[in-house]
Amino acid sequence: MNRRAIGAVVRRDLVVVMGSKSVVLPALIVPAMLLVVLPALAGLAPVLLGSVSAGDMFRVLEALPPEASRRLSGDPSTQAAELAVTYLLAPLILIVPVMFATVIAADALAGEKERGTLEGLLLTPLTDRELVVAKLIASWVPAVLLGLAGAVLYALVANLAVMPQTGHLVLPTPEYAVMALWVGPTFAAAALGAIVLVSVRSNSTQEAFQLGGVVVLPVVVIVITQATGVMLLSVPLLLASGLIALAIAAVLLLIGSRVLSRTRMGEKLG
Amino acid sequence: MRPPPPGEPLLVLDGVHKRFGNVVALDQLDLAIRPGEVVGLLGHNGAGKTTTVRLLAGLLAPERGTVRVGGGDPVTDGPSVRGQMGVLPAALVVDARLTARQNLRFAADVFGVPRAELATRIDATLALFELTDRADQKVGGLSSGLRQRLSLARVLLPDPEVLLLDEPTSALDPVAARQVRRALAKLAQDRSRTIVLCTHDLTEAELLCDRVVVLERGRVVADGRPVELAHAHGTGGVQLDVAPEDVERASQMLAEVSDAEVDRDGNGRLRTRGLGRDAIPALVSHLVRAGVTVYEVRRLDPSLEDVYLALHAAGELGARGRTETGRASAVTP
Repeated sequence: MNRRAIGAVVRRDLVVVMGSKSVVLPALIVPAMLLVVLPALAGLAPVLLGSVSAGDMFRVLEALPPEASRRLSGDPSTQAAELAVTYLLAPLILIVPVMFATVIAADALAGEKERGTLEGLLLTPLTDRELVVAKLIASWVPAVLLGLAGAVLYALVANLAVMPQTGHLVLPTPEYAVMALWVGPTFAAAALGAIVLVSVRSNSTQEAFQLGGVVVLPVVVIVITQATGVMLLSVPLLLASGLIALAIAAVLLLIGSRVLSRTRMGEKLG
Repeated sequence: MRPPPPGEPLLVLDGVHKRFGNVVALDQLDLAIRPGEVVGLLGHNGAGKTTTVRLLAGLLAPERGTVRVGGGDPVTDGPSVRGQMGVLPAALVVDARLTARQNLRFAADVFGVPRAELATRIDATLALFELTDRADQKVGGLSSGLRQRLSLARVLLPDPEVLLLDEPTSALDPVAARQVRRALAKLAQDRSRTIVLCTHDLTEAELLCDRVVVLERGRVVADGRPVELAHAHGTGGVQLDVAPEDVERASQMLAEVSDAEVDRDGNGRLRTRGLGRDAIPALVSHLVRAGVTVYEVRRLDPSLEDVYLALHAAGELGARGRTETGRASAVTP
């Protein structure tokens, strides 16, 4: 592997992505909404909206896994706030790495076609595999770093909102740590695999992003099922979902690396 | 990329056939280019010039026939072939969202320019292409001429042995085209590189190339030195300086005897190509007898433009079907 050349492609893509409004604006707005405003409102709900009845809270606690309900303390309103930020809204942190893997990869792959720079890249001495590796690193690493930063931000906001009521830090829980460190990166990898395949057929970043937007759906499903109590995420379930995402990522990237051959792309240069 | 044995070609396309869907891009193309040659690939849009470049660079694989660069296959030995090859495609090679310097740094890293030489090579290249004062400006804000100069700078920075330049002046205004042509002329004079220049600018080819290969519908229809081709296929032309009141009449008379269009410059001089040397005395005599005042008659030497016109007249260019088979007509002179 030509590490210097791979590093050059990664650096170039990162500089380009950092200068792209389609990446930077969502990078500021989405985390601000999902990871700051929502947990702050949920955590401060008891203060802002008043008390929750003990009867309502009892029914909610009954639906929780025992280890989760044991962790909750204080009056029903405080328990409701802690439950909201540690369980119901916590999966929102998965949206950040998945969304950014999608946006950055679409820009790095289909964006090359759109900007007319793909041919120049194919004319470099990098092998097909080196090109794919460089593009994956340039997309996955920033997405995962942004995801981790988002998880830290969410935990900070949640603790600031709820800690005055509980008297202790509510995050990270074991489930939260597994989501941030394992599920987020593996889901981002799976999203990347999907975007690689989509980008081969797309001629613009927008088209790739629209086609690849479905990769966010599994995360949305997790958030909804968690928020409605249909499925409450436990550590084993999270570890298993990360493994499944990893397997999907491996299969998609294997197919993608074959599809992204230089001569195949050369045929489509026009 | 290995240097070929003395006298052997560096770039070879042997019986290459390439199609895109039902469209034949190259039809049994044979072409061999020796080290140090500056070869112009001429032809209309769709003649096969870009496909030839992409095959040599390993971006396309031939359906039939072989492509060799320094003895290597550009597809299977791609990294080593492209490592010694600078290709300026018709599309941009520079990224509009990076600065000029960042684009050059990227090329230097990808092509393995020694780290110790990085800064000096980049600065020298910027200076060579008169881009020093634009070095830290985003490429998106540069004019098309400056972008093209930067593209050429990026291609030359790694000091490649082979240069494939696909219509380097086609999208430029006359001033920018002249600047790029001047830079290319310096490279052509250098003789240390093998250069393939795709163009449909005949003057550019005549100015820069040792040899021109005319492609049409994926086949070679003419191959040789510009002067040889011009004399073999071209008839030359004539330029007349006549009295202002006779210009209209002289123009009509000239059009009657010439196969080509008659042009008139700002000074009323008439010029036409496609008129042989032997036809000039009779033409002048005819004009004088008709009462046209002729101040000056100047014969125009045959040029590549004549080659085009002659090939057109012979039905070689533009008239043949794409499904035609058979061996292309020429290889190395």
